[in-house]
Amino acid sequence: MVELAEAAKKARTWACYDCGKCTASCPVARVGGDTTPRRHVLGTNAGGDGVLSDGTLFSCLTCGLCETRCPVQVSYTALVRTLRELAFREGVEPECPHGGALQSVMRMMARGGTQQDRLGWLGQELKTEKNKGAVFYWTGCTMYYDAFFSDLQVTTLNGSRAAVRLLNALGITPVVSPEERCCGHDLLWNGDRTSFEMLARHNVRLVAESGAELLVTSCAECLRTWRLDYTPYLEGKPPRILHISEFLAEHLGELKLRGDGSRRVTLQDPCRLGRHLGVFDPPRQVLAGVPGIELREMRHARQAALCCAGGTWSNCDRYAKRLQVERLHEARATGAELLVTTCPKCQIHLRCAMHDPRRGDEIEIAMRDLGEVVAGALA
Amino acid sequence: MSKGAKVGRSKRAGAGPQAPWNPSIVVFACNWCSYAGADTAGVSRIQHQPHFRMIRVMCSGRIQPGFVLRAFERGADGVLVSGCHLGDCHYVFGNERAVEQFERTMNMVKLLGLESGRLRLEWVSAAEGARFAQVINEFTDQVRALGPSPFARLGARVAPSPEPEASALEQGATTGA
Repeated sequence: MVELAEAAKKARTWACYDCGKCTASCPVARVGGDTTPRRHVLGTNAGGDGVLSDGTLFSCLTCGLCETRCPVQVSYTALVRTLRELAFREGVEPECPHGGALQSVMRMMARGGTQQDRLGWLGQELKTEKNKGAVFYWTGCTMYYDAFFSDLQVTTLNGSRAAVRLLNALGITPVVSPEERCCGHDLLWNGDRTSFEMLARHNVRLVAESGAELLVTSCAECLRTWRLDYTPYLEGKPPRILHISEFLAEHLGELKLRGDGSRRVTLQDPCRLGRHLGVFDPPRQVLAGVPGIELREMRHARQAALCCAGGTWSNCDRYAKRLQVERLHEARATGAELLVTTCPKCQIHLRCAMHDPRRGDEIEIAMRDLGEVVAGALA
Repeated sequence: MSKGAKVGRSKRAGAGPQAPWNPSIVVFACNWCSYAGADTAGVSRIQHQPHFRMIRVMCSGRIQPGFVLRAFERGADGVLVSGCHLGDCHYVFGNERAVEQFERTMNMVKLLGLESGRLRLEWVSAAEGARFAQVINEFTDQVRALGPSPFARLGARVAPSPEPEASALEQGATTGA
């Protein structure tokens, strides 16, 4: 297995000295799951027998917590992603939550050939361009999420609307394209590189043709995909790629914000934005710049933040639920009235956990996208 | 589900350029009413168009968006969801759940840019053989008028094949390509 050897090299598995810190820090293992990064790392070093058919290959959240603790910088997320690609090629697929509906949607988008109806959320008060402009607002799949999770009262589109409103307030008319497709993040992390490549090529071309010099997105996963995973597909002078929190941190001084009384908030660091890309400070700078907002950090924040346990639509089980409940308890323990997120996926999964009727309002907390918080403070 | 949805390209290849195109339709039917209704249509020898594959589920409430979307992903030109009439559900409120899931599915289908006429929800009781035949005929004509699904036309998964129906799909299911 030549490719496995390459994966091992890229992920530095050879450096592993079997200290077991990865499995010890794995949130899934901590709450009782069988996930053990160590087994996959050592199994890869031993030639890979049985690693691909290991049932826990798809139970990793790819949150990257083990990676930040590894004393010899083995990149377990890089390894597990390649292992999943190899497994996918051999016909091993995860048992997709939601009946695989979202994977089907993503693959249909990869195929293309239809005119999506993805701009229905834009109200008249929002100024956007369809084709060309200097700034591209990358929406992601929030309209699909809100439609699919309507029974959970998921409102990720509010974050998209807020972002466009903020761009407008800064005098920017962003491109919001009806031709945008899923970034392919989830398919890539589930091993389906073929579909990912189709999406990547389409999206890169779309943004290049728009002439945008800057791409802003509210989704931490889209950001990671654009900033890291699209690199091989980018041609010419690629646009600058920013998360809305980074963009707002740069332009906070230009926004006229007013406070509406004091408000205690807490912040969820998404794994893609935080550990994967190291963007910890911008969301905090933005919150500090909104009058009246007091940020109270959760017990596990920044590098140690807990994952929402559903990033790639490949794992939703009792362990995910335990992690979500634990995270919401942490959020409540801060005394905050509002949980601010910077990724639509965190919103969906934490919102889902809050619907547990057995826990009632014990873990309930108001939740909003960072963009919504800032847009709400616009004077 | 992966092996369940056998959406073959029905006799498209080799039918000649003048032959009318026949759609590939997936029908989900509940065990207690609609499947029995189809059976009634059969034993009563009520003629209806044969361009559908039926997938029996215990209750229409089982038909989650993933089932329907998977069928479209794999090249179905139309999907019919059917169950017991409201108030007649064998599991009391399963078909009410089916309505909720259907609405969510329809919203996803519209977002994707598929014509809403490719997806339909119908109640057919076990006694309504004639109605089953009528619904099938109507829906088949409706989908035929819409033409092949864009996802079938591009046909990555359901490649036209000289093999009899459904073989291409089964291969797709095992390779996961």
